[in-house]
Amino acid sequence: MRLAGDSGDGIQLMGSQFAVSTALSGRDFATFPDYPAEIRAPAGTTFGVSAYQINLGGEPITTAGDAPDVLVAFNPAALKVSLPLLHPGAVIVLNNDSFTARNLTKAGYDDDPRDGNTLDQFQVVTADISHLNFEAVRSFGLSKSESGRCKNFWTLGLLLWMFDRQLEPVEAWIRRRLAGKPTMRDANIAALHAGHAFGETAELSASLPQVSVETAQMAPGEYRSVTGAEALALGIAAAGELAERPVLFCSYPITPSSPLLHRLTRLQELGVGTFQAEDEIAAICAAIGASYGGMIGVTSSSGPGIALKTEAMGLAVSAELPLLIVNWQRGGPSTGLPTKTEQSDLYQAVYGRNADTPMPVLAAGSSGECFDMAVEGIRVAMRHMTPVILLVDGYLSNASEPWLIPVIESLAPIESRPVPELTGDSNPEMLAYQRDPASLGRPWITPGMPGLVHRTGGLEKDYVSGHISYDPDNHQRMTEFRQAKVDAVAGFIPDQAIELGDDSGDIVVVGWGSTYGPIYQAARRTGASFVHLRHIHPLPPNLGELLARYDKVLVPEMNNGQLATLLRDKLGIQPISFCKVSGQPFLISELAGRIETERTGSAS
Amino acid sequence: MNEQLTARDFATSQEVRWCPGCGDYAILKTVTRALADVGAKPESTVFVSGIGCASRFPYYVETYGFHTIHGRAPAVATGLKLANPELDVWVVTGDGDGLSIGGNHLLHTLRRNVGLKILLFNNEIYGLTKGQYSPTSRTGTVSPSSPAGSVDTPVSPGQFALGAGARFFARAIDTDKVGLGNVLRQAHAFDGASFTEIFQNCIVYNEDVFAAFTDRKNAADSQLHLKHGEPMLFGENNGKGIRFNPQTYAFDVVDAAESPGDVLVHDEKNAVLARLLIDLQLPVALGIIYRQPAEAFESAFYAHHPTRMRRTKSVADFIRGPNSWTVE
Repeated sequence: MRLAGDSGDGIQLMGSQFAVSTALSGRDFATFPDYPAEIRAPAGTTFGVSAYQINLGGEPITTAGDAPDVLVAFNPAALKVSLPLLHPGAVIVLNNDSFTARNLTKAGYDDDPRDGNTLDQFQVVTADISHLNFEAVRSFGLSKSESGRCKNFWTLGLLLWMFDRQLEPVEAWIRRRLAGKPTMRDANIAALHAGHAFGETAELSASLPQVSVETAQMAPGEYRSVTGAEALALGIAAAGELAERPVLFCSYPITPSSPLLHRLTRLQELGVGTFQAEDEIAAICAAIGASYGGMIGVTSSSGPGIALKTEAMGLAVSAELPLLIVNWQRGGPSTGLPTKTEQSDLYQAVYGRNADTPMPVLAAGSSGECFDMAVEGIRVAMRHMTPVILLVDGYLSNASEPWLIPVIESLAPIESRPVPELTGDSNPEMLAYQRDPASLGRPWITPGMPGLVHRTGGLEKDYVSGHISYDPDNHQRMTEFRQAKVDAVAGFIPDQAIELGDDSGDIVVVGWGSTYGPIYQAARRTGASFVHLRHIHPLPPNLGELLARYDKVLVPEMNNGQLATLLRDKLGIQPISFCKVSGQPFLISELAGRIETERTGSAS
Repeated sequence: MNEQLTARDFATSQEVRWCPGCGDYAILKTVTRALADVGAKPESTVFVSGIGCASRFPYYVETYGFHTIHGRAPAVATGLKLANPELDVWVVTGDGDGLSIGGNHLLHTLRRNVGLKILLFNNEIYGLTKGQYSPTSRTGTVSPSSPAGSVDTPVSPGQFALGAGARFFARAIDTDKVGLGNVLRQAHAFDGASFTEIFQNCIVYNEDVFAAFTDRKNAADSQLHLKHGEPMLFGENNGKGIRFNPQTYAFDVVDAAESPGDVLVHDEKNAVLARLLIDLQLPVALGIIYRQPAEAFESAFYAHHPTRMRRTKSVADFIRGPNSWTVE
């Protein structure tokens, strides 16, 4: 992390305080102060930039690191000096108030870097920091310059929110340091709390770039940095290209799903349209309408919004329409922890609808994998003519990682059952429901096609004709058919592979979603085997046989044991749950520790 | 199919399952006739509905049809219209479906001016769930869920629509083949969201709730059939007229022969006039009450889309991002 501004901005102070709070949150850190030789260099210039760099993480750190992942830039000059140092995908916090024409000129910027594409590869958070800080300390009657000096603590408050660190150690430090100046003490504490509250109110969150596999292990090829939202947006667009159909993405803003909407609005030339609906229900219903009309309908939300969409998912199941529903999982229940990540919507996805309403469920393991799973989700949706849920751990939305750029040409086309040829005596209503024997997907017949006029909807329909049917035997048949269709997905997916380790042994760690990175490292360190699930429902057909080859199955999850329940239900095995529901990802060390504990247990 | 289709061509093989005598039968007949009159093509016409008695409608029309979920038909239809703006999309809803559970979607569909032909069958009662009072039921309606009479103030579909920014609001009576047929043809021709309230008689749970103005014996004195640019006359031999009273800011009924100069001329583009007409109790205003076209949502959506939803580039053109690197 790099904090940069004018030498008078109190940068060094802020940096050391962040380091203190980091140390207190149990993370290692190293620091690297970087300030100008001139004690009072001209304000706003590039040579007057003062910076402070700290390195933090869950692992022992020995240097301050060359490339910062987080930059706080108090003025354009600080941005200009620091930008070349940053990792792609880094978080940049900018003070809007300092981006005046004069400061831009002093920094040597011809155009405002906040416009244009200079900052495209970063996670940019902008705030009117000077103004907001001034309002926060207004009641203390400070001079203008005294007020201005509080803004470093305002910004520190924002950072502490974004990185989920505690306010108290910093507040205690201010109390000690400014004990003799009660007004400044109280003003700085007020600024600290105001910055923190701003982050919470604006539901800002940030993720440090995720590196799950060391550079040494990276396969040859062309890489870029990508966030989950970017990769998912590209995957949705790629699926449209592979299916040769336009995509209509319909959503309602919600944290942390909105970045996907923003990303897709930039991909319109790929035949992608975006519709911001009036609510979550309208969003999925419009997506269903788009699918009914022949476009690929996609919607996205987070747990509470997904709950609202539930009834409409049933409609898409009943009408046998393709649809992709993305769930960026966040902490719950209810509004819960909007900015914190969790994996607690697995039950909702697999079991959470009225009646027997099965749907395929997929999960992405990393930001880059969001691309693959978006393509796979739409492939399954079209092949089987069914809505599909894609679960993504919320923080992947903004988390970036190095990504081996996929070759679009190597991906298979996406197809649904062909629309049947009309013959003289064909009954159009029956043609609509002539399903493929293997996938059980029906032909995607859409309004506008002559001669195929038929009715569909949410009332139970006759298996053959699609007419409304209350016939008991037909309902039995339709219920079994809907389950068989989802089961049929398993026939089209690859066998479950072992990510790491031996194909039998004392322990296998089974994970899903964003725990991929820490489990991979922990398994590598301990020599345990690692199985990572991308298909949650149905599970890969060989999974039961595979897991039976190990003495113990350990399932770490950021929920209260939901995948473990699913494995018990579907495979009849007794996995060991390792649950963490703190809103924080697993640390490698805690996973490795648990693996060792389980091993010791089995040895004794 | 080039030959002229008739109303019968728009009937399906399905047995119609509304209660005998229900106003929906008359509406179905007039709608299929109107479809034939405007030369609608079955394959490019879609009826989308929600839940309720009215929402069974798509099963009985030989076009594409989608019977969706309670209150959400306007949202489904919006997605469909965006996917294929060439389609004629009709939305059939009721007072419960459209104004209670689905009020939000109706509001936003109207303000966006999505090119849907929305028919609201208003019978002021919940029929399918056996007779509970609805959001349009008059205060004091006795029903299974309000045995002592309902206490809610009803919503006026017309005022709701205009408040939401609707560009087309019309009214008709279920059994009035001429009036309803005319409104349906105009609704069909409208580019944007057309909203038609149809007074529909529920003979089982709310019989004759509109009889004060639908009864043929009193029709002349109780119905004001509006025509754009023509004086607002009604009654025997058009003997009565509507006058604006500046003292009360309301309409009065005047003798048309005595004060012909006072009789207002209908201006369907005047939203203030429309609001007063909607609230007129007797006579009840029928026909096109308000029509003021504006760009339809789907037109604006495509006009603002840089490639009109076509794929002009490949994902391969975007996938590298601003900087990439190679691992050997």
